This record gives sequence, C-alpha cells and structure tokens, in this order.
Amino acid sequence: MAARDNHGTGAPWGGDFEMIGKSHRKVDGLAKATGEAIYADDIVLPGMLHAKTLRSPHAHARIRSIDTSKALALEGVHAVITGESMPTKYGVIPWTPDENALAVDKVRFIGDEVAAVAAIDEDTAEAALRLIEVDYEVLHAYFDPLEALQRDEPPIHETKKNNNVSKRVELEFGDCAAALEASDVVLDNEYSFHGSTHAAIEPHCAVARFAADGLLTLWSSTQITHYVHRALSHVLDVPPQRIRVIQPCLGGAFGGKSDPFSLEFCVAKLAMETGRPVKMLWTREEVFYAHRGRHPMQMRYKTGASKDGRISAVDANILIDGGSYSSFGLVTTYYSGQLLTGPYDFPNYHFDSTRVFTNKPPCGPKRGHGSVQPRFAFETQFDELAVKLNIDPIEIRRRNFQGTDTKTVNGQRVTSNGFMECLDQVEAASTWKDRRAKLPFGQGLGVAGSMYISGTNYPIYPNPMPQAGIQLKVDRSGVVTIFTGGNDIGQGSNSVVAYLVCEELGVELDHVRVVAADTDLCPVDLGAYSSRVTFMVGNATIDACRKLRSQVVEAIAAEWECDPKRVRLVRGVALDLEDPDRFIGMREAFHIAEAKFDTLGSTGSYNTPTLGGDYRGGTIGASPAYSFTAHVVEANVDEETGRITVPKVWCAHDCGRALNPMLVAGQIEGSVYMGIVEALMEDHKVNRFGLHSGPSLLDYRMATTIDTPDIEAYIVESIDPEGPYGAKEAGEGPLHSSIPALGNAIFDAVGVRLRDLPFTPAKVLAGLREKRETEEKLETGMDAAGVGDN
Amino acid sequence: MRSLRLNVNGDTLDTAAPSHWTLLEVLRYKLGLTGSKQGCDKGDCGACTVLVNGKPVLSCLTLAANAEGKDVQTIEGLMPAHRANGGQGADPIQDAFDRCGALQCGFCQPGMMLSARALLTENKAPTKRDIQDALSGNLCRCTGYTQILQAVETALVDEVGGDAPTPCWASCATNLGPAKGKTEPIQGGGV
Repeated sequence: MAARDNHGTGAPWGGDFEMIGKSHRKVDGLAKATGEAIYADDIVLPGMLHAKTLRSPHAHARIRSIDTSKALALEGVHAVITGESMPTKYGVIPWTPDENALAVDKVRFIGDEVAAVAAIDEDTAEAALRLIEVDYEVLHAYFDPLEALQRDEPPIHETKKNNNVSKRVELEFGDCAAALEASDVVLDNEYSFHGSTHAAIEPHCAVARFAADGLLTLWSSTQITHYVHRALSHVLDVPPQRIRVIQPCLGGAFGGKSDPFSLEFCVAKLAMETGRPVKMLWTREEVFYAHRGRHPMQMRYKTGASKDGRISAVDANILIDGGSYSSFGLVTTYYSGQLLTGPYDFPNYHFDSTRVFTNKPPCGPKRGHGSVQPRFAFETQFDELAVKLNIDPIEIRRRNFQGTDTKTVNGQRVTSNGFMECLDQVEAASTWKDRRAKLPFGQGLGVAGSMYISGTNYPIYPNPMPQAGIQLKVDRSGVVTIFTGGNDIGQGSNSVVAYLVCEELGVELDHVRVVAADTDLCPVDLGAYSSRVTFMVGNATIDACRKLRSQVVEAIAAEWECDPKRVRLVRGVALDLEDPDRFIGMREAFHIAEAKFDTLGSTGSYNTPTLGGDYRGGTIGASPAYSFTAHVVEANVDEETGRITVPKVWCAHDCGRALNPMLVAGQIEGSVYMGIVEALMEDHKVNRFGLHSGPSLLDYRMATTIDTPDIEAYIVESIDPEGPYGAKEAGEGPLHSSIPALGNAIFDAVGVRLRDLPFTPAKVLAGLREKRETEEKLETGMDAAGVGDN
Repeated sequence: MRSLRLNVNGDTLDTAAPSHWTLLEVLRYKLGLTGSKQGCDKGDCGACTVLVNGKPVLSCLTLAANAEGKDVQTIEGLMPAHRANGGQGADPIQDAFDRCGALQCGFCQPGMMLSARALLTENKAPTKRDIQDALSGNLCRCTGYTQILQAVETALVDEVGGDAPTPCWASCATNLGPAKGKTEPIQGGGV
C-alpha cells in the first residue's frame, strides 16, 4: 500500500467534520424524484432499431443447425445474428471463459441465448424470432448437483477436465480432525440453502451506436463498466480504444448486473452490422432466466467445542449448484469457505467446497456473494451448540469473539471490529434478556452474527495498477467536477464522493458535479461489487483532494504572505485561522490558485495493501477491512398453519465511520428486507424440465410494504484505520445474519430446528409433527418403563 | 395504428400508436415521458403507476386508447403542478423522498410517489397502515420500505403539520473511537 492510500481517520483539517457523519441529500436524489434521471431504456437514438433474443427451449441440447433465412426475409428485419458471428468465449473471471454471447454448438439451460434479431420495432423482432428454425439434438439434462457430480456423460462443458465440476477448493488450517476428536461436544448436521435472485426492478437493457468513424458506444445497465469494456473488446475483436461504455442511471443490481451479458454483445454486433443504433430490453421473464443469483448450497457442518462453549474446530463440506456457466463461480467457491472465519475465533478450520455445473440458469454473485449460505449453516449450528450446552446464544458468541487487530485462522488481517458493540445493541434493543426463551409458545427471538469484506485485494484480472481512480477538475465558476469510474447502482456512491470532496476542499454540495461510469471520461474503477466502492473509491477521492488542496492552500498562503497552516478551506471560503476577518470565497481562491499553478486538477488512486494468507487462493476474501453485523429477529409461528411472520428485526452493523448515516441506514434496512424475504418467500427454482417455476414478480413472491418486517437499524462505528475517514462497507454485510437469526427465532418460538431454506409453513408443520411424535414416544417409553407415574 | 388525443400533465397531446399499445408505451416511447418505468410489463411491480383522474393506475395494463378523455398525471407533472399552485421547489412528496433517503436506485419511485400523492390528496390523516396499504402495489427492492414510509409521513407533516417521524439514523449512531495503533491522522491545513 502506498502512502497515498492512507489518509487518517479524522477530519481533514482536524477537529470536527463539516459534512461527514451527517445526513445529506443525494446528488441525484431530486433528478430521480422528478423522473428526470435517464436509465438505459429511456435512451432513444435517431433511427434506432429494436432487438430481441431467441432462447433455447431445451435445458441441454446440441444445435445441429440454425436457419435464419425466413427471419431475415421478414419486412422490417435488418439483421439476424447467431453464435458463429461471435465465437470467442468470455467469462467475467479470466481463468474460466466458458460463455458465448450466442450459443455455439450447444445450449445449456432453458433460456440460453441462441440468436438475436434487430428490426424496426419489438413486435417485428418478436415475429422474426418465430421464423428462426433451430434443429436441436436433446441431451440428458442435469438438475440435481449430486448427479452432476457423479455422472459425467454427457458433460455440460466438453472442455472441462473434471467433467461437470466447475471448481473445487479444499483448504485446511490447523488440524481439524484431531481438534474435533478432542472436543467435548461435536455437532454434525446438514443444511441446505435454496436459490434466490436479485429481481432489481429495472430489467437489463443495452443500447449500442456504431459511428461512421468506427467508434462503438454502449449504454448498458451494468454495475461494472470496466469489465464490460474489456469483454466487448475481446469478443467483438475491436480494440478497446474504439469502444466507449457508459452506465446510465441504474435501477438496482444487487450483483445481478455484474457479468457481461449476452445483450451487450448482441446490440453492439447488430449496430456494427446495420450501421444503426440498436436497443435491447429484456422482459422480466428473461431477467429471471439470466439470473446470476444466489447459489443453492448443500452443506455439512461439524463444529466442535469445549463444555464452556469455546469453538475448537469447524469442518465444512459444501456442494454448490452453479447452474450452467462459470460466471464468478471460482470466487464463489473460495468465498464459501474463506469468509466464515470471523467474527469468531476458529483455532482449526477445514472446508471442502465443490461447485458443479447443472442445466439451470447460471448462478453468480448476489448481495453477500458466496458467504450468506455458509453463514446460515454455521450460525444455525452455533445456536444448536448454545442450546445443547445451555448457554445464552448471545453469550456464546461473545465468548468466541476474535477481537480487534488480529488475524483469522486462514490468515486474513482483521483491523477494526465492532462486533461486540453490535451484539450489545441488538441485545438491549430487543430486550433479549427478558424475552428470549420466555415468550409464549409460537413466539420467539433468535440471534446471529456475521462479517463481510470491504472490497478485496483480488482484482479479478491480475495487474499492478490502482483498483480505484478519481480525477478532479476545477471550473472558474467554483464548481468542482469529480470524474469517477465507480458505478452508482442506487447505493449512493456518486453522493459519497461528492461529500468527501466537500469535506476536503471546503466547497458546498451544490458546487460539486459528479461524472461517473463512462469509460471515455472517467478513470478506471473496478466497479460496484464486493462492497468495495466506499472504501476504495473513497480513499482515491481523498487522495485526489489532498493534492488539489495543497495547491490551493499554498497559493492562498502566498497571496496572504502567511504560513500555509493558517489557511483553511471550509464552508465555501478560504479562511485565515488567525485572522477570522480575512477570508475569500472558494471561487476566488480557485482563481488565485489557477493563476499560480495553471489549470487546476488532480488525480487520486487507491490500491489495497498486500493482504491474505500465503497459500493458493489466500488473497481471495482478503480485504483491507471487514464489517460486522448482529441481528435479533422476532418470529411468530402459527402452530395450526405453520405460517411464519416476522414482526420485528433489530440489526446493528459496524460500518466503520458512517459517512452519511441516512444512506447507511438505507443499506442496513434494504439488506435486512432482502435476507428475511429470501428466507421466507422467494425460491428461484426450475421444474423437472428446467423451466422456471414462476418467472414473474408476482409468482416469485417478493414482500410489499405490508409483509416487510418492522426494521430497526443501529449503526456501530468502529473507526477503521484505513477506510476513508474510517469508513467500511454497509451494503452487503447486514444481509448475512438475518437469515440464521430468523431460523433461530423459529426454534425459540416452537422448538423446531429448520436446516433447509426456504422456511415454509410445510416444513414448520412437518417439524412440529416430528417433535410431537418424538415427545409421544418418549412419554410412551416412560410409561412402559413405569417412569412418570408419580 | 391509431391516432390518440391524450391529456397528460395538463397538456392535450396528439399522437399515433399501434392500437394494442399500452398507456405506458405511448407515454415512454411516443411522448418522451420516460419518468414512468417498466419493471415487469404485466402489472406486478407498480413502477409504471400513473394517476388517471387522480387515481393510481397501472399504465402497463391500460390501453392508451382507454386513457383518452381522461386526465393523466405522470411523475413529470408533479413539480409543475405544485408550482402552478404556488408551491416552491418540487412536490412535498418528491422532496420528502429525497430528504429521507427513500430514493436508492430510484426506479420504482415514480410509481411509488404517485401512489403516495394520490393517498395524501385524498386522505389528510392516514394511519401508518393506510400508507402501507396505499403503497402495497409498488414493489421496491432497495430500501426495505422503511425510509419510503418515513418519507410519506414526512411529506404529510410538510403538508398538514404534526410531528415528523424520527428515523433510526438520527439518534442511534455510536462512536467507539479509532482503532488502536495503526496510522496517525493527518492534521491541520497546509500539508
């Protein structure tokens, strides 16, 4: 890590912050409120064509032939493309390129893209799709990951050495088997996590324009502009300097817009072929099939502990259902093991994770990528351990706290850690001590904890360049324009960089403009994933500000013939600290600085320090800072119907310094909602033919205002030594422990332990029945033995 | 193709579209009013909600022809209508959504705000449950609805007075101080 990457945790001028720590409007809030904000599908270009995609009706099939002649002959159709026009394979992870923009030779799930049509309107394009004739040879399709693991003919990807295995990671730290052997108690259970999808309200959309001078411009609803830029260049065989990628305002993503998608390549190719702008907007059904959502996982966990509840070893065996392509699967497989090693101390840890391909919509990163599922399993088992040892579930978590400024068993550096304060907050707020295990039958409280990364030092494609970059430009009007490659996906990253510039340069918020996510205008940023934006882009912004600030301060000090230490930029003015009557507006201050130093501007960057364990994969999951969360969930369970309702959730999240507490609270509340709802209502599954069970926002049941729990968010600020002013992530961490806390609350309510997600009424009723039968058997047994007669 | 005369945000607009086009399609792709969003195109998500004669209507399930002769209000019409009535800035609903953090990605919010507008125009003393009911046809994936409900309550206070809701972030921040022994903060000006 360079000196530029560390800026201290205090206010830039010492003393109190001006902007930071207070709630402000977002820079794009009113534009969104008035309908002025432009999203991808709002873009209309002169002469624009509309494109549609032909998708596979088979889950697994070989394509014998495709005849597009009738479609091409339809009036109003301008171009039809198939896989042979873009045969280069790609993948977001450079080591696993196994996707084609349109299928070449094979289709691997119902919905796989086969051909694309550009026509004068969507209706014509749709009609043309029906005229494309595809001859398929249907192959055996895999829907059960276990079958995919055991059977290798026919393989889903012919090029894979290990048949249907997408990735396997086995790592051991310490001696797990010996530690389990020596433990007072060992729990051994199986858990399963179902699939769920992002369901951002904006469907994927892309628009391409190919100009006469050969410049290809793509507007896309992506959360990673830079990777789309690279992938387009690679697949289309167009040099990167002839491509410009722009992310317009984005209508939600949650990981679901991280991969390069078929439609981005198709509109680009169709625009190049026709010489006209082309737009493709996916239907909601297509978005469900495009998926890249949460991986279903089957997990076996063994946890060993001493009688006083200290964990001695954790052993995990995980089978991951990857769906049809690799996507981020290599990282998912590592994350499924690597991100579990906090906030508790595991002296010994072993995990063996295998991701297999199946003929289902491909899985990828969804909010809490790869680690929400293991967290559910472990925190549930931890609760079982507490019950078995008769230790309060919050107390057992405190006993195993790993502490601050420490190293995890797998070699990850942990700096700030506010987990204990998170536990304190939710314990007090939920009146846990008075109510847990004391509520009437059918009502219960459950707790769980978690940690998550604030970005990772693994940059997807290895390179020594910065992971985040910022440019500042100063106008003579006094406006500071920030150019950032960061992708604002609704989380407010454009606002965060603006707040930081205000704090550093003393300008007012309405003097700041943000230009973001345009590869022609903005320095590279690696995009909105892994909760990296606030931490990395924030640090880059401060870096750029410090350089510009020193020029302005030096120029003013020269003008005033005083020590630069006396000059402070604050609240729109440059001020002499020792002579409060001497001050000038920032516009004039910028003029003075421009006269002295020429045109004003600066750049800033951030790169992570060297982190991670010294073993293969040791950098995956290594983060410059970790966030911590604790949840208490209150659940009501109807004994008659099995229906679960959640009246209240308390969530305390350690986000380091809350740069804007209102935005942090929004991230916590949104995370809690998303976790609880995916556990109770959602299920992204296919039937025995590979057809999605309900690809609509009605059938894929999402909570409304009425069935979302009452959420109380608590912000814990364990000021991080390396975050921008001490900030860490807030967007993904607060999802994790909501799900096991809910399961643990259900146990507290009715004594039924649910280890399979989603938590449905049928599973509750089955659990209650089983519990009743066990109790009856016990009573009968006791009767027979003559026990209990007294 | 069918010619259409629509009254949108107080303007009488003549256009033509295929007869099966919905009001949403005509608003977005013929009249350039792209503030109304399409999230599902089948009446599930509510992002396309507009006001027709003051009532929230799913414009993706309404044929454009059926909106002829009626007053259509879209998100673009809210601020001008507020100003025409002597108001300052944006409509109180829009302003409250901005001040309360209710606008994350913003995609569902035009529909959400119009549902809220219809409620507050009709009912000046809604309970929290009334607000939840009125917004229950508008799905949001970002916020968990908390800040949206706070925004509607805040807008209500702006319009009729009363006590504004106290969001959790106003009082619950705790400061644990800096972590030990890492880096020295950079202090003072001048550098």
